Amino acid sequence: MFESLSSRFTSAFGALRSRGRISNSDIEATCAEIRQALLESDVALAVVDSFVASISEKSLAILPTLQSGTNQGQVIFEIVNAQLIEILGGSARRLRFAKKGPTVIMLAGLQGAGKTTLAGKLAKFFADQGNTPLLVASDLQRPNAVTQLQVVGDSIGVPVFAPEVGNGVGDPVKVAQAGIEFARAKQYNMVIVDTAGRLGVDEDLMKEAIRIRDAVTPDEILFVVDAMMGQDAVRTSQAFLDGVGFDGVVLTKLDGDARGGAALSIASLTKRPIMFASTGEKLSDFDIFYPDRMASRILGLGDVATLAEQAKKAFDSDTSAKLEAKFVSGEDFTLEDFLEQLLAMSKMGSMSKLLSMLPGSGAMKKAIDNFDEGEIVRTKAIVESMTPLERRDPKVLNGSRRARIAMGSGRAVSDVNNLVDRFAAAQKMMKQVRNGGVPAGMPPGSPAMSAPKKSVVQKKKSKSGNPAKRAIEEAQ
Amino acid sequence: MGLFSKFISKIKGSDSFSPADWQELEQELLASDLGPTLTRTLMEQAKKVKSENAEAALTQILTEQLSSRSREPLMNAHGMSVVMVVGVNGTGKTTSVAKLASTFKGTGGSVLIAAGDTFRAAAVDQLQTWGDRIGVPVISGKANSDPASVAFDAAQEAKGLGVNYLVIDTAGRLHNKSDLMAELEKVKRVVEKVAPVNEVLLVIDATTGQNGLSQAKIFTESVHVTGIIITKLDGSAKGGVALAIEKELDIPIKWVGTGESHMDFARFEPALYIQGLLS
Repeated sequence: MFESLSSRFTSAFGALRSRGRISNSDIEATCAEIRQALLESDVALAVVDSFVASISEKSLAILPTLQSGTNQGQVIFEIVNAQLIEILGGSARRLRFAKKGPTVIMLAGLQGAGKTTLAGKLAKFFADQGNTPLLVASDLQRPNAVTQLQVVGDSIGVPVFAPEVGNGVGDPVKVAQAGIEFARAKQYNMVIVDTAGRLGVDEDLMKEAIRIRDAVTPDEILFVVDAMMGQDAVRTSQAFLDGVGFDGVVLTKLDGDARGGAALSIASLTKRPIMFASTGEKLSDFDIFYPDRMASRILGLGDVATLAEQAKKAFDSDTSAKLEAKFVSGEDFTLEDFLEQLLAMSKMGSMSKLLSMLPGSGAMKKAIDNFDEGEIVRTKAIVESMTPLERRDPKVLNGSRRARIAMGSGRAVSDVNNLVDRFAAAQKMMKQVRNGGVPAGMPPGSPAMSAPKKSVVQKKKSKSGNPAKRAIEEAQ
Repeated sequence: MGLFSKFISKIKGSDSFSPADWQELEQELLASDLGPTLTRTLMEQAKKVKSENAEAALTQILTEQLSSRSREPLMNAHGMSVVMVVGVNGTGKTTSVAKLASTFKGTGGSVLIAAGDTFRAAAVDQLQTWGDRIGVPVISGKANSDPASVAFDAAQEAKGLGVNYLVIDTAGRLHNKSDLMAELEKVKRVVEKVAPVNEVLLVIDATTGQNGLSQAKIFTESVHVTGIIITKLDGSAKGGVALAIEKELDIPIKWVGTGESHMDFARFEPALYIQGLLS
């Protein structure tokens, strides 16, 4: 996602950063590069031109005021970053909840944008936060869209209101209306109305969407857009805005290699924020869209904030506290701890997804894409085939124990040896870190790492009741 | 007024096509999803056009970008023809499968559909509904079963019944998911144990941007795409990326989908497409 755009930006800024003193023509060259990169990413020409003009104007204005000692490339970079965040909608907007009665969310969009799947993801997202959503099947057009919604609802344990079987039969307006009444009677606090996909140019269907809107008076109308969409995003989003109207945008299929230019175009032209993004096939692959984080990703800074959040979700506090205490008290990190970490990590999602959130991941894109997720499963199998004693003290691992482990995990003895060796190296590195040294082999600040991470690094004041944890926090 | 006629009248009317006009042309070409590379090529060629024969010359320029390969459906002369339909999520594969089956049936052949999308909720039911509508039997497996085994069983059954056409639907997959692409390769490999796959059609949504190129490239590397179905051409999108695919990867567009009924499906007409691109 956004990778190609990201690598183009990285190369444009790499050239700029290497200059001590930046001239006007350097800025022009960088702007031309950015223009080409945005066009290749399906950003609408009007948006590209205003974006580039604004960057060039701001950069040229600020250039004479910069003293020769400052990192001029960095200043320009920050201008672009700020502009990108602005174009992506500023700060993330939260969903507006109704003051009274159920909050009604209506989904609209083209065929195949992913509305029905998204309805399920949205329902799961809010149900996980303690809401009680009801899904309403108002797509009576596409064959078996109703069945699809029912299957999705079943799998996440959210009820589906579907009085009509669909397949062209039934009145979607009546269904939507009855759905709201049903939700009110049964005290659901949220209703998500799935509607039929329609083309921007199809007036009849647009009128139907308007009638649904008027019947249910939604608190939010979300426009669902495929991240792979091209230049037609401009016309289509305008047609929807003029037709049924919408309050926010949801991006789907952001896990493809699409450059997501449509997102930039729509956010910029319609002035409606992108509120959510869906990033995978699983119903949990869905999150709030953060413009600043996305700008970071586009500019190759990674998305450490999201990574940290996911880590927090996956690693329960007990495990982390235990580990920290161990670390501080000087105890050895054992294979048992390692196994726990592996399990928690697999809860966070695929390894390649996690890696792609790291700064500088654009450069490792190929390696990340080819990451063998099975490696984690195999490693887990090896550790799980060990006895508790072996996990605590790998030194006891003699030839016959290793052979047994290999048999038990279905791997070769050399795989077991490899794991034990790598683990020993990691253990050694942790000792070094604890003693205040910098482990060998870590580059002292690669260019990607020296980039600004203002929005990302947040130091929390120590409030921990755990003395060991507080000691660490205070030491920082 | 459409771009094409505007362009022609401008060239005809005056000797000078102003820089602003060129900019407008660039904008229109980009807006049709032709992409910056192809747009640049077209602009360079258009600038050489002499005003007397502008209309023909421009059509010629665009037509030259098209693949020269045959657009005829690839069929088995004797016995069963197997067509596999692939693509990313939400492009309209299942609908296209139904339309293809209906078209084949219309030529008097016997058709069988294999519901190989075992992943998306209710995709099999969607195809079943289509099958009932157009009167073509649909073979399906259980939900979440191995798509390769469903395809294999369908191929064997189709062969046993001696049908003329087997159309295989597959689950939508993003082309950058290598495990899903490997699954697709397996479906094709397994079907070919029963009968050769004559045609692999990639479904491209007309609203797709430059990502369509990447889709076509990777799907071809994986299952050797022999043709393109371009869908949703009835909207405001012009599907320019298909021209970019033809030019860059030399894969012919074979079919066009233009609506929700099974009748809204036709063989690709290069002249019509190019006219639409510039209207």
